[in-house]
Amino acid sequence: MGPGARRSRPQGRPSPMSRNNRIALMLLAPSALFLVIFFAWPMVQAILLAVRDDDGFTLSYLNRMVDDRNFGPALRNTAAIIILVIPLQFILALIMALVVSAKLRGSQTLLYIFAVPIAVSDLAAGIVWFSIFNESGFLNTFLANVGAVAAGERVFWLSSASEWRLLGTVVVAEVWRATSIVFVILLAGLQSIPEDYDEAAQVFGASFWDRLWRVKLPLLRPSIQVALILRTILAFQIFAVVIALTGGATRVLSLEAFTWYRRLQNEHVAAAYAALILVISMVVAWIYLRTIRTQERQQ
Amino acid sequence: MKKRRWVALLALLTMIAAGCGDGETEGTGDTGTTEASDAVDVGTVVVFSTQANPPEEQDAIISNVFEPSGIDVEFIPEQEGPFVDRTLAEAQAGDVQTDLLMALHGTYPSLLAGEALMDLSDVAADLADVGIAEDFMELGKLGTDQQWYIPVFQATYMMAAHQDAMAYLPDGVDVNALTYDQLLEWAAAASEGEGRPVLGFPAGEEGLMHRFLQGYLYPSFTGGMVTGFDSPEAVDMWTYFSELWQHVSPQANTYAFMQEQLLAGDVLIAFDHQARLVDALDQSPDDFVVFPAPTGPAGLGFMPVLVGLAIPEGAANVDGAVALMEYLLSDEGQIGLTQAIGFFPVTEAEVPSDVGAAIQAEATAAADQTAAPDALPSLLPVGLGDRGGEFNEVYRNAFLRIIFDQEDIATVLSAEGDRVQEILDSEEAPCWPPDPPSDGTCQLNR
Repeated sequence: MGPGARRSRPQGRPSPMSRNNRIALMLLAPSALFLVIFFAWPMVQAILLAVRDDDGFTLSYLNRMVDDRNFGPALRNTAAIIILVIPLQFILALIMALVVSAKLRGSQTLLYIFAVPIAVSDLAAGIVWFSIFNESGFLNTFLANVGAVAAGERVFWLSSASEWRLLGTVVVAEVWRATSIVFVILLAGLQSIPEDYDEAAQVFGASFWDRLWRVKLPLLRPSIQVALILRTILAFQIFAVVIALTGGATRVLSLEAFTWYRRLQNEHVAAAYAALILVISMVVAWIYLRTIRTQERQQ
Repeated sequence: MKKRRWVALLALLTMIAAGCGDGETEGTGDTGTTEASDAVDVGTVVVFSTQANPPEEQDAIISNVFEPSGIDVEFIPEQEGPFVDRTLAEAQAGDVQTDLLMALHGTYPSLLAGEALMDLSDVAADLADVGIAEDFMELGKLGTDQQWYIPVFQATYMMAAHQDAMAYLPDGVDVNALTYDQLLEWAAAASEGEGRPVLGFPAGEEGLMHRFLQGYLYPSFTGGMVTGFDSPEAVDMWTYFSELWQHVSPQANTYAFMQEQLLAGDVLIAFDHQARLVDALDQSPDDFVVFPAPTGPAGLGFMPVLVGLAIPEGAANVDGAVALMEYLLSDEGQIGLTQAIGFFPVTEAEVPSDVGAAIQAEATAAADQTAAPDALPSLLPVGLGDRGGEFNEVYRNAFLRIIFDQEDIATVLSAEGDRVQEILDSEEAPCWPPDPPSDGTCQLNR
């Protein structure tokens, strides 16, 4: 709208544009207010709790966090879980989504089966997998029944003596538990791609892999971005599965926050851990947003 | 016979706790029913509790204890963390919604530090004749001159074993008078016989491993919990414990309630809190036995656990809270509590023989533990303020570093010993039993 148009309007009457803006702001206000009160403000308070004591600003709590003997292992284990779990989940979720969207007979049933873990709480999932990996659990019973191990012999899957095996059980449980959310996001993305593209590629004789790689995956990029951000941020918060499976022998960041708050009764160091999780999550989300969006623009 | 066991347990605990050989006379108990009928119209009492949290215990405490009291009780069970948060927040806001608190000894220092507790010295004076052991009352003062909580029931830790393990008990060894060396011999034989390690300790995140270290292993080997933390005896102790750990199930890092592993057959011999063993005894009374913790070179270290009642500062219904407190400490209340949640009375109330066999068996083991000639009762840390959690963590850390990470014992003890001393210094905490009394702040013997 040019300045001339504005001049011709009677004084005191808002332009349709600014009135639209005001309506937009009014509509946004409740959720903005909600976010400020219940997210932004507690976040600021948590960060302040980590860097302030009775005498003012201090780095002592951050130092205590970094000097703590569990800090290194917690950071390393959290990173290891994310690096192992997320690629596995994406491959599995993509296969599951392609199978369901192929519209074979019974794919509706498959959809429900694949989506079941979404409804299972993470602690419940941890307990289910505990009963599988437990020394007298389903896996050892199965192995003994098929003769893979001698009767009476036990494989201690959940023993802290074997750190990587213990981490492996967490990865398996976490892949089972959280792949379905990635699956649902990718499936929604796949279904929103018009079939014309795929049909056109078929007409030109593109193979299945070509169509997947050159047509579907590029068009799925927004869904992949959403799923990646969601999963990575949630993976930094991994807690219940770890505590149910390993009894705390595998240290992760949120377990440290919990331990410092509950057992050591030091809310400052607990807040320092929480702030660390927040900062890492924000950085990772920013990296995802930048890298994936840039590629989109290049196209 | 069973009643006598109870009396013996209580009398001995009282004697030992009071630190003198002169036994106190058996009380005849007071008249709980009278108080109950007096207290009918005191209004609703809101009880906020970290104890009796599982749903079946909630039902039991409501129907066996609160309903017979004749007092209208609203029972709010809560986990430790939120319990402390809510109590402190209400005290700060000056809007106290609870009337009576029920929590472990170790929970109260942070509430006192947050000025959330009412001074109960007058109530304590009124309750002088119910027969609570002097040293238990002393613990309720939290290192001050005033009474902040009134002990209401007690418990302890002990050992349990499956009958299958008894076959491996070395010849001539009395399971009720076991030494740590015999435990090692026994565990080794049982593990070899079964083809897998069969000893269990609650070493998981929710387990109470630190209490075994503080109240059992350390006193039994060094004679104290604190002063000998990095002494040569402690080095010997950890060397012994590393050896014993060869026979502990490799999955002990997930263990929290040993009754589960005992019932599943994952372990055959275990150590834990009595309340975390009782299900095994309840469900398979013929399969399991409970017995006292072993004796070490310095004696039989053991730890009594204490739950206390307190009134939050600013509570709306103080009279009702006091009336309920009096009922809970009456014979009827104490017996009801024992039936409901399986802890032992703090008064001289006689528990009738129709109370569950599991609790009776545990009472016998606890009485034997207390009555051992070289018993060393180890009190919960006193005067550490809100650093009690960190104090526990030092013992867990030493354990994890020596046993799981196999670091050098002397190095670990020296480093963790510095942390113990730092905590004691910052709180200026004097030594507490079984460590010898100190002049001023408790000092490690280094």
